[in-house]
This record gives sequence, structure tokens and C-alpha cells, in this order.
Amino acid sequence: MTFRKYLVLAAVTVFGATGDSLLSRGMKDAGNISLHQLPDLILTILNPWVLAGILFLLGFFAAYMIALSWADLTYVLPATSLGYVLLALIAKFLLHEQVTATRWLGIILISVGVGFVTRGPALTHHPPVRQPEDYDAEPVSTRAEL
Amino acid sequence: MKQLYTWGAVAAIVLASTIGDVLLSRAMKQVGDVGELWRTHGLLAVVGRTLHNVNFVLGILAMTVAFYSLLIGLSWGDVSLVAPASASLTFVATAVAAKIFLHERVDPHRWMAALLVAGGVALLAA
Repeated sequence: MTFRKYLVLAAVTVFGATGDSLLSRGMKDAGNISLHQLPDLILTILNPWVLAGILFLLGFFAAYMIALSWADLTYVLPATSLGYVLLALIAKFLLHEQVTATRWLGIILISVGVGFVTRGPALTHHPPVRQPEDYDAEPVSTRAEL
Repeated sequence: MKQLYTWGAVAAIVLASTIGDVLLSRAMKQVGDVGELWRTHGLLAVVGRTLHNVNFVLGILAMTVAFYSLLIGLSWGDVSLVAPASASLTFVATAVAAKIFLHERVDPHRWMAALLVAGGVALLAA
């Protein structure tokens, strides 16, 4: 894992949480949308919060795809779940939602889980060979095609 | 009865998003290291190779099914149950699917990580 790759994982986390928060903020402006007024849903794109949220979620998806191009799914998913923690913090401090003790416990569990997975190797090699130190040194071409 | 529908929707979300994640992961492994590809062939080549990948298109399709299942599920049950229950179960289902279909080496560390994150997400909604 290089510094650049950690940056991509950070981008997945931050873009995802920011995008969701922006959407949430924008949809509060739009009010409750019932199934009878689905055309109104298209107009909500004109809301600057919603538009910004969509742009951030596009960035999230691009970063997620880049991460999956060099790391296992069972590495990327837990490693980027810190986004849930970030989302809770944004909800508390910017959207002024209540964060209960149970939620803080959930945040701690997620953080410990992230610690567990990021200490291990990011990519499974086929056939598996143990060389935990130099996952970055190996060129892509030596990886088995799936 | 309504509860049964809600959990049916949760099952559909978990199934569809797990299938989607596995397909997208397989697609990106076939495309290859995006950073390297970008340097050698340029951004357009990366985008073109990704969009032409069958697994990528199928993965997006599965994610769309998951999204609409979520919308339908939300119309039957509470958001504080449906969203975290499906997110948390998806973490565990993905670990199992990645081991079986992607042959990822899911060691005890990764199982622990999946279970802890799943538990944590469930608590966030409690």
C-alpha cells in the first residue's frame, strides 16, 4: 500500500459521507415527496445541495472503482466504512442531529473493525504466497486473471 | 404481514448489492490497476475499458435493482430498520461471496472486521 492508495481510500470515505450529507440537507428543503409527485423528484436536481451531493457521489463511485482495481472487495468495504463514523459526526455537528450512546458504541465497533482489516494485506494473490511486506512491488501483469 | 414484506425487501437489497459488489470487483480486477493504466494509456482508455466490461455493466444493473428494492422497502418499513439492517447484512454476505466467487483469502482478521463493522452499523441505527 502506497500513500497514493491510502489517499484513494480516504477519497472513497470522505466523498461518500459528504455526498450523503449534502443529499440529506437538500432533500430536507424539498420536503416529503409522495409517489404521486414523482416528476417533482427530477426538479430537486436543481437544488444546489442535491446537485453538489450527486457530484460528490460520482466522485465516490470513481474512487471506489479505482480502489477495487488494486484491492480485494473484503479489504475495500471495511476499510472505507469509516464513512459511517464521518457521517455520524457530520450529522451531529453540522445537521444538529442527536447522536446517542448506542451510536457512539457503533462508531467504536466500526473503527476497531477498520483497524483489523487495514493491518492485513490489501490484495489476495493467486496462488496465495505470503509476502506481506511488498504488495506494491509486484507488477499487475503477474496477477492471475479472474 | 407487512413485517414479512419489509424483511423480504431487506433480503432483496442484500442479495442484489452483494451480487453488484462482486461483479464490480471482478470487473475492476479485469480492467487492471487504474493508476498504472492511466499513466500508460490515458484516462479515456481507462473509462472505455471499464464501460465495455460485461461484469461492470451487470454490476451496475444489480446495483440499480438494489436501489429500487431499497426504495420499495422504505415504503413498507422504517428507514431506521431497513437501511442499517441491509447495510450491515451486506457486509457479512459480501465477505462470504468474495471468498466463494472471487477466491479472496478472507483470513480471521477480515472476518472479524466484517462482523465488527456489521455490528457497528446495526448499532448506529438503534
